[in-house]
Amino acid sequence: MRNYLTLALKVLTRRKFFTFISLFGVSVTLLVLMVFTAIADNVFSPRAPESRFDRVLCAYAVGWYGDGGTSHSGWPSYAFLDKYVRTLPGAEKVAVFTTPEGTAIYKDGRRTDAILRTTDGEYWRILDFRFLEGRALTNADDTQGAYVAVITDKLREQLFGGKVKAEGQTISIDGRPFRVVGVVKRVPAMRLAGYADVWVPLRTLAPSGFETEMLNGHYQGIVLAKSRADFPRLRREFATRIAAIKPIDPRFTTVKSSLDTTFQFFARMFAPGNQYDPNRVLFTASFFSILALLFMALPALNLVIIGLSRILERSSEIGVRKAFGAPRGALIRQFVLENLVLTFLGALIGFVLSGIVLAILNGTVPIVNGGLDLNVRIFFYAMLIAAFFGVVSGLYPAWRMSRLHPVAALRGGVL
Amino acid sequence: MIKLENIDKVYRTARVETLALHNINLDVPSGEFVSVMGPSGCGKSTLLNLIGLLDRPTAGTLAIDGQNVETSERKLARVRNEKLGFVFQTFHLVPDLKVIDNVEIPLLYRKMSGAQRRKLAAAALDRVGLSSRMQHFPTQLSGGQQQRVAIARAIVGKPRILLADEPTGNLDSAMGDEIMDILHELNREEKTTIVMVTHDDRFARRTDRIVRLFDGRRVA
Ligand SMILES: Nc1ncnc2c1ncn2[C@@H]1O[C@H](COP(=O)(O)OP(=O)(O)OP(=O)(O)O)[C@@H](O)[C@H]1O
Ligand SMILES: [Mg+2]
Repeated sequence: MRNYLTLALKVLTRRKFFTFISLFGVSVTLLVLMVFTAIADNVFSPRAPESRFDRVLCAYAVGWYGDGGTSHSGWPSYAFLDKYVRTLPGAEKVAVFTTPEGTAIYKDGRRTDAILRTTDGEYWRILDFRFLEGRALTNADDTQGAYVAVITDKLREQLFGGKVKAEGQTISIDGRPFRVVGVVKRVPAMRLAGYADVWVPLRTLAPSGFETEMLNGHYQGIVLAKSRADFPRLRREFATRIAAIKPIDPRFTTVKSSLDTTFQFFARMFAPGNQYDPNRVLFTASFFSILALLFMALPALNLVIIGLSRILERSSEIGVRKAFGAPRGALIRQFVLENLVLTFLGALIGFVLSGIVLAILNGTVPIVNGGLDLNVRIFFYAMLIAAFFGVVSGLYPAWRMSRLHPVAALRGGVL
Repeated sequence: MIKLENIDKVYRTARVETLALHNINLDVPSGEFVSVMGPSGCGKSTLLNLIGLLDRPTAGTLAIDGQNVETSERKLARVRNEKLGFVFQTFHLVPDLKVIDNVEIPLLYRKMSGAQRRKLAAAALDRVGLSSRMQHFPTQLSGGQQQRVAIARAIVGKPRILLADEPTGNLDSAMGDEIMDILHELNREEKTTIVMVTHDDRFARRTDRIVRLFDGRRVA
């Protein structure tokens, strides 16, 4: 093993040009894959302020389906969430809040555009914002319709400049005065429930449709389960409730909605066709896996070709090893291992580069709000990708090498 | 130790058929040092490759150490690893590996610890008088030294049979003498059976017996 590893490194340093080309291809490929992996990880894995989302189910959509393929789907209404989600038995907490919407905030006659959400008090007990000042919105704020607001540090900077304390100050939202009661650390736009610049109680600014019987509106609901093990039971109960709904509109026969993890919701939205097809998650996951594979195909082919071109140059070594009794399996293992050393080196370079790219994205794309980062899990994924890549691109050349006739190999490598 | 009966070897390419060996019979008892001579293209290397189980005869039977060898590629590799050692005219050292790592190669395909491999390789190098060059790369050595490394590699697994195809062919006569001395010493002290192809009468005369080939046939 040590013998093989030193040989692998030796071969790499000797053939500098090939090594450079291969490493370049591998690291750029893995860089791109890692950036996407990091973004996906940042979107789909539970991170502040959605740290508890490993046991949260989201009610983000209600769809209508009719005969002949007519359908219509959108965000749920307040009434829908209030009636069918908020009362789900067995849920630890349920929160209802509006989708993020642009609004204008006035402070001393100066206008600042910001993203607004209206929320109930539970929202603040499921999400774990990092408070820099003051407090969260409470259920009492909501039931009393108190004119209070929580803002991000980013909005605080925009409104008040510098590091001035915002708590207790008054700002004007939608022409009404709100007192700032809390400041939280800014949230990346990838957090489907957490993202906003300013939050106020539901009953202060509820958009039209707050009290209607319509199923669609501009609301989101989240259900915090006691544990993931409760997911199936919550989903079953929810499905029973949905099945009992009679559509008001005669064009539609059934109403569909489901409790999803963030990834399941994304998968549902991603592909065309029936959003409630049970295979959609699988479809989306396979789609992106195949995309990644296709993306790897070209650099992998490049590695295969370089690997094949090295057979001639190493035929003497192959002949010697065979003469001294190397079984084919040992040769295949040796050459695949050498290829793995190359791809792992490429992966390390790619990982470092992807850290730089993410830092640049954090700095230049404002909406990201500094939310893109690397972690051990992404590193683990990267190594997994590199291993897969290395084995796949190394196997064919290795197999060809192991097939050389020893006499031919010793004479100079006739393929 | 080595027994060939009615061996034929035919090379078939797209157009031509070459009868490289015809009806070869040969019996090499254990501990004998045999040299094979003959003009270029008469089949010497072909014969050595057959004995070395690197190639298979077209007809006839071949026995190594009393065992007929007509088995799978896997089993042939085992026999090569345990019973045979090779020395080539062009050394065939792996340029990317240090001398000691080159010598260890045959042991990589045996079950033993790294430390054990290292110990045996160092002993083999000591045997050919190159202990001081363990950490060198092959290109840093003279031709004669490289061939001594190759011999160390051939004997590191303590094979009963050593096959050498023109081991002195690429060396000047002084270096050639050095190599021959080592081979004779191995033959004498370890009772290693040696079959060596050579073009040099001087070296051939020092061996126990000379086998002569002409146009694929044995003539002496
Ligand atoms: N792979 C092969 N395919 C076709 N013919 C071959 C092959 N190998 C050897 N031959 C032929 O078989 C004959 C014997 O070759 P071999 O290499 O055994 O000769 P040799 O006695 O070792 O010659 P030299 O002294 O030049 O090394 C030659 O005619 C050669 O052309
Ligand atoms: Mg020859």
